[in-house]
Amino acid sequence: MFQPHADRIAKPLLAAAALVCAAVLVLIIAVIISGAWPALISQDLVVFITDASWYPLEGQFGMLSMLLASLLVMMIAILLAAPMGIICAIFIAYIAPVRVQKIYRFAIALLAGMPSVVLGLWGLTVLVPLVNKWSPPGLSLLLAGIVLAVMILPTVALTSLAAFKSLPIALQQAASALGVRQHVQILKVFIPAASAAILSGMLLAMARALGETMVVLMVAGNVVQFPSGLMEPVRTLTANIALEMAYATDQHRAALFVSGLLLTAMVLVMMSFAARIKGHNDYG
Amino acid sequence: MAEHLFQFVIWCVALLVLMVLLWLVYGLLDHGLAKLSFEFLLSEPQNAGRDGGIISILVATLLILAVTLLAALPLGLASAVWLAEFTATHHFWARKVRLALDVMAGVPSIVFGLFGYAFFGIFMGMGFSVLSGGLTLACMILPVFIRTCEIGLRGVNNSWRQGAAALGMPKIKAVWYILLPAAMPAISAGLILGIGRATAETAALMFTSGYVDRMPESVMDSGRALSVHIYDLSMNVTGGDAAAQASALLLLMIIIVLNMLAYAVTDLWLGRRLSNDLA
Repeated sequence: MFQPHADRIAKPLLAAAALVCAAVLVLIIAVIISGAWPALISQDLVVFITDASWYPLEGQFGMLSMLLASLLVMMIAILLAAPMGIICAIFIAYIAPVRVQKIYRFAIALLAGMPSVVLGLWGLTVLVPLVNKWSPPGLSLLLAGIVLAVMILPTVALTSLAAFKSLPIALQQAASALGVRQHVQILKVFIPAASAAILSGMLLAMARALGETMVVLMVAGNVVQFPSGLMEPVRTLTANIALEMAYATDQHRAALFVSGLLLTAMVLVMMSFAARIKGHNDYG
Repeated sequence: MAEHLFQFVIWCVALLVLMVLLWLVYGLLDHGLAKLSFEFLLSEPQNAGRDGGIISILVATLLILAVTLLAALPLGLASAVWLAEFTATHHFWARKVRLALDVMAGVPSIVFGLFGYAFFGIFMGMGFSVLSGGLTLACMILPVFIRTCEIGLRGVNNSWRQGAAALGMPKIKAVWYILLPAAMPAISAGLILGIGRATAETAALMFTSGYVDRMPESVMDSGRALSVHIYDLSMNVTGGDAAAQASALLLLMIIIVLNMLAYAVTDLWLGRRLSNDLA
């Protein structure tokens, strides 16, 4: 095929730019693995995630309690955010009057763009003193989960909304023609029809919650301990990296890179499930 | 009856979520508004940020943002043009690039921080610097930016490409003079989204651009971003709460403005696409 001279020069340059972007990912993974390497060769990977004693000064790097804290905070967040996010999507898609719809969408978009450090500050200065009154110290697993829920709710709401909007119009027409009432339409037709995409959005939201640092760092209390109750202060893997990276050396630093690797792996597994459930993608 | 109950529950939850957002904004206004003034914006921080203002923080934030955009904008645009205009959707390498970008979009921000610290800071010898922080953020926003640009370019009506080709324009010229301007609203929306994400980011900056709150003199100096300032004041500086709240209020205002811009620009784009299709 004929190609003008300008295109013959431009095409490889543009392709090179795209490959550089893709290479950044390879670089990130390589850097994290090489940072974690000293710890990976000195200790079995299984020990990191099955041992609960994190005493960096004595060379003990068991991450179990922080791993559990990370997972529990994530579960609390999604248990709260999923139903409320889906209801927000139903509200925008089917219930709200047109004018309210626009304002409400903007509010959700604003919440989605909310800096996590601002949410953390709100939790720390507004919510913690409230909780502190009936269950000191206030900084806790539950509260971190609640603030995280506020953070990931827009992810659930916006992906569910997109799912509702992409349902074929014939579905609604058929349901209406059969005289099905609106709430039955929504509960028995639209939600089941959109369930794959909604589930995929929930997984994305969970991945965001697991990878979030600032909110848990500011609200969860940062005590390394086995999470034994909802009102106990805990430290998550992400918060641990943020707290200890500043002074960690040698094996300790390598262990922090291991936790980074572990986090990335978990997040990516969730995201690949999310992509698989949703089905279509353009990298096959 | 059931119908009404259903509507009632939905309205209640919707209002509850809105109340949480209003509570958040009210909390910031309540604690921070009194401190936020031109004097606060324009004076140097003193006494670890408890007193004085945030001018050096703002300068550092803008410098980091400038580095991020200088790195991400040309690279991202070129990649998006290649993906949308110069390859078939199912081209082998195009698929690999898209997969890599989607994976990259999922990497937790603290891991970007670890990467930036180890690669830009130590391996490339940039240390704690505005440059190192800006480049880390550039890696972070690339996926979202490229995706929005690609979608924007694909949204341009095909007849414009055919017209350019019929006139014998090289593709790259058609991209530069016709397709990029036509996709400009989408590209701007992507850019604004990226700026928003970069401004909001904290975890990736803590170990790359660092904590130093002096005025950065070059991009090789450490500089404290606004978000890092908020974190540090609220967690590590007793008595820094008022300044933290005022800074958070400012950050929130910036995010609101960016969101409104993105909204307006997207509306413009949708409007224009509609008129294109009708024409």
